[in-house]
Amino acid sequence: MKQDKFIIAGRNFKSRLIVGTGKYKSMSQCAKAVKLSGASIVTVAVRRVNITDKKKALLMDYIDPKKITYLPNTAGCFNSKDALRTLRLAREIGGWKLVKLEVLGDKKNLFPEIIETLKSTEVLSKEGFKVMVYCNDDPLMAKRLENAGACAIMPLAAPIGSGLGIQNQTNIKIIRKQTKLPLIIDAGLGQASDATIAMELGCDGVLVNTAIAKAKKPLDMALAFKNAVISGRQSYLSGRIQKNLMGSASSPLKGII
Amino acid sequence: MKKIKKIKIRLNGSFKFVKDNTNLSDLLKTLKIPLKKVAIEFNQQILDKKKLNKQILRNNDKIEIVHFIGGG
Repeated sequence: MKQDKFIIAGRNFKSRLIVGTGKYKSMSQCAKAVKLSGASIVTVAVRRVNITDKKKALLMDYIDPKKITYLPNTAGCFNSKDALRTLRLAREIGGWKLVKLEVLGDKKNLFPEIIETLKSTEVLSKEGFKVMVYCNDDPLMAKRLENAGACAIMPLAAPIGSGLGIQNQTNIKIIRKQTKLPLIIDAGLGQASDATIAMELGCDGVLVNTAIAKAKKPLDMALAFKNAVISGRQSYLSGRIQKNLMGSASSPLKGII
Repeated sequence: MKKIKKIKIRLNGSFKFVKDNTNLSDLLKTLKIPLKKVAIEFNQQILDKKKLNKQILRNNDKIEIVHFIGGG
């Protein structure tokens, strides 16, 4: 059997589940959840160092970037200039070239500002970044981002942190059909089965933060998402049956008494 | 007694007074910043961490020190 590989920008990753590291009660809870999720990639944000409180726990002390790939994001950026500044700084911390671009357009719904996103993708790709792009579930824009040099297309399922699950399965299927790039559902998932659905639609992976971090039992939910992603991928690769309007008996009719 | 001249810089958004002619490397050492885990921006330009001791601080310099924190 051909090995089922998950390759982003030429690198092979073991897990198709990418997890965010925000919103956890504590750094240690976050580290435990990441471990249980089996994720090979975690997203991280770039922020000012707290100069006055030096005892504050550092992410790198809990999650070793040598063991798990850090994917710096541009969360909180509302224009291309800020996003570029953030990712150039991220690269400077330790050579990170694989990045998640996320330029937001509205503080309430957190939908992507796609014109600024497109502009940033072009610039970053030219500078040698490998850009995984958070975007709308819009096939036309996904294509333009691909042409601009994105290394992965990451459409939202629903607004970030909303937990609504995939709102437009048709568009996700269309994007799947049109691109050979890794397709990763980013944002809006609420429970493990949402991840399974994403994988069954043919996505290459999912990115989850709030659904795990804010679950009543984050550690158990991390494990649930791990299994859901594996399950969904297996289901997709196994080839589902045709849908039929009428029933079709599972037991043979011959020999009925 | 000779009075030590101080200058005002802006560090991560807050004003800070430091001795005139301090270099950035000394400042970061005083603040106990783990250099391997941060990136530094000096007056909107990213600084090569190997050249910090060559950067002398002047009045109104703006310094940003960033690192990775949890995020989605």
